[in-house]
Amino acid sequence: MSRTLETLAPILLVAVLLALWETACQLTGVPTYFLPAPSAVAVAMAQDWALLLGSAWKTLSTALLALAFASLIACSLALIISTNRLLEKAVQPLAVALQVTPVVAIAPQVVIWAGLAHPDRAIISLAVIVAFFPIFSGALTGLKSTDPDLERLFDLYGATPWQKLRRLRIPSATPFILEGHKVAGGLAVIGAVVAEFVAGSGGSQGLAWRILESSNRLQTAKTFAAVIVLSLMGALLHGVLQASEQAILRRFRGR
Amino acid sequence: MSEVASLSAVEVAYLGRGTVLGPFDLALTEGEIVALVGPSGCGKSTALRLLAGLEQPTAGTVTRTPERGQTAVVFQAPTLMPWADASTNVALPLELAGMANAQAHNQAQEALKAVGLENAIRSKPAQLSGGMAMRVSLARALVTQPRLLLLDEPFAALDEITRRNLADDIHRLWDQTRPAVVFVTHNVEEAAYMAQRVVVMSANPGKIAGQTTIDAPLPRPPGFRTSAVFRNAAEAVSHDLAQAMGHIQ
Repeated sequence: MSRTLETLAPILLVAVLLALWETACQLTGVPTYFLPAPSAVAVAMAQDWALLLGSAWKTLSTALLALAFASLIACSLALIISTNRLLEKAVQPLAVALQVTPVVAIAPQVVIWAGLAHPDRAIISLAVIVAFFPIFSGALTGLKSTDPDLERLFDLYGATPWQKLRRLRIPSATPFILEGHKVAGGLAVIGAVVAEFVAGSGGSQGLAWRILESSNRLQTAKTFAAVIVLSLMGALLHGVLQASEQAILRRFRGR
Repeated sequence: MSEVASLSAVEVAYLGRGTVLGPFDLALTEGEIVALVGPSGCGKSTALRLLAGLEQPTAGTVTRTPERGQTAVVFQAPTLMPWADASTNVALPLELAGMANAQAHNQAQEALKAVGLENAIRSKPAQLSGGMAMRVSLARALVTQPRLLLLDEPFAALDEITRRNLADDIHRLWDQTRPAVVFVTHNVEEAAYMAQRVVVMSANPGKIAGQTTIDAPLPRPPGFRTSAVFRNAAEAVSHDLAQAMGHIQ
């Protein structure tokens, strides 16, 4: 009973809020370009579903591609750097600088470097930059978080550096790397959307372009529809990454 | 009896902490079980790491006759790889030494049977109880048939019944190949039960404060814990320990 209630609670809350919103719009007669009623957003969604779905796929595939690139670069870099303390010290400040720089600040320049005719390249690059850090820092932390007694045990039995890396460091790092990917997945979507906003040319028609286009035309219901699809897509991606993280960890630890 | 390993006049000093151990002497002969007892921070574990060759002394000499792979350590925690099943954990030392995977796993499974874990070969550490995990750790230490076995407070995290069972199991397994054993503990009774010789250490820096030899057969006969020999030995060790900690004099 209480579990059913727990599942229903958020749905109920959303339903109540939507009802209030709808009633308020009907009663006040606020113009749709200012605040569309939920029914108007639903109509916009129903009308544009094919377009929205296409754009959602565009943004999602960009984010996933960026996640794959970021994963490859971040994991290899962390692997190389973890073998050498001096190298780690040298790279760390640069990595932090990259992390704390807002992606919007560098986006215009990246768009120019990628070539104004190729907004796709700029968007992927920016999403990769944003997704890079959590994976890199997770992998680096993980590679250095081995149990010191296990490390001693490997030393005792004369393990080579390669054996230690393959049989101890990489498995120890796995939970950290998975966590990094989960965080990076959400960030990759943000990176892709921000980059698309900045590129803003319509050369890449992801969800950000749908938002930009409709708000420029004061079709606020369509803007809301695109934002809702975007957040649903983000939630879905997060859910999938979370579920796969848990499934892998369960298999990994045997429970 | 030939000497397996020895520490002569060793000292260990760490930057900022000064001398933590020594001068300290300890010689281990073949087939001997020695217990090291002392307060926290007396350098018991440091002495163990010197014997294992995992650390070098600041002064003095360490002599070790076992070749690589003939020394085994059991730590306070089971120290198992959480992602690997019991068999893989136990096979590790053999595989690191270059043994083929299948053969290493065969021997690992034999070692697991010897510690009574034939039903947990495919279990991962998270699926094992504390006592079972410690048995896996013990099987891993014994799978290489070491000449020198170093036990660093292996019972610290276990309950009393598990401790007693494991103590008898260690004696039984030791009896098969009779390696030299160093057993580090906080517990006076445990030391007197496990070892033929109990070395009591004082702290800051770690030095020998007293020694007690226990003249009784190993493995221990049933009822040994209530015998006069055991009680006298435990009392002698207690006395040394109290002195080492400055409670008497």
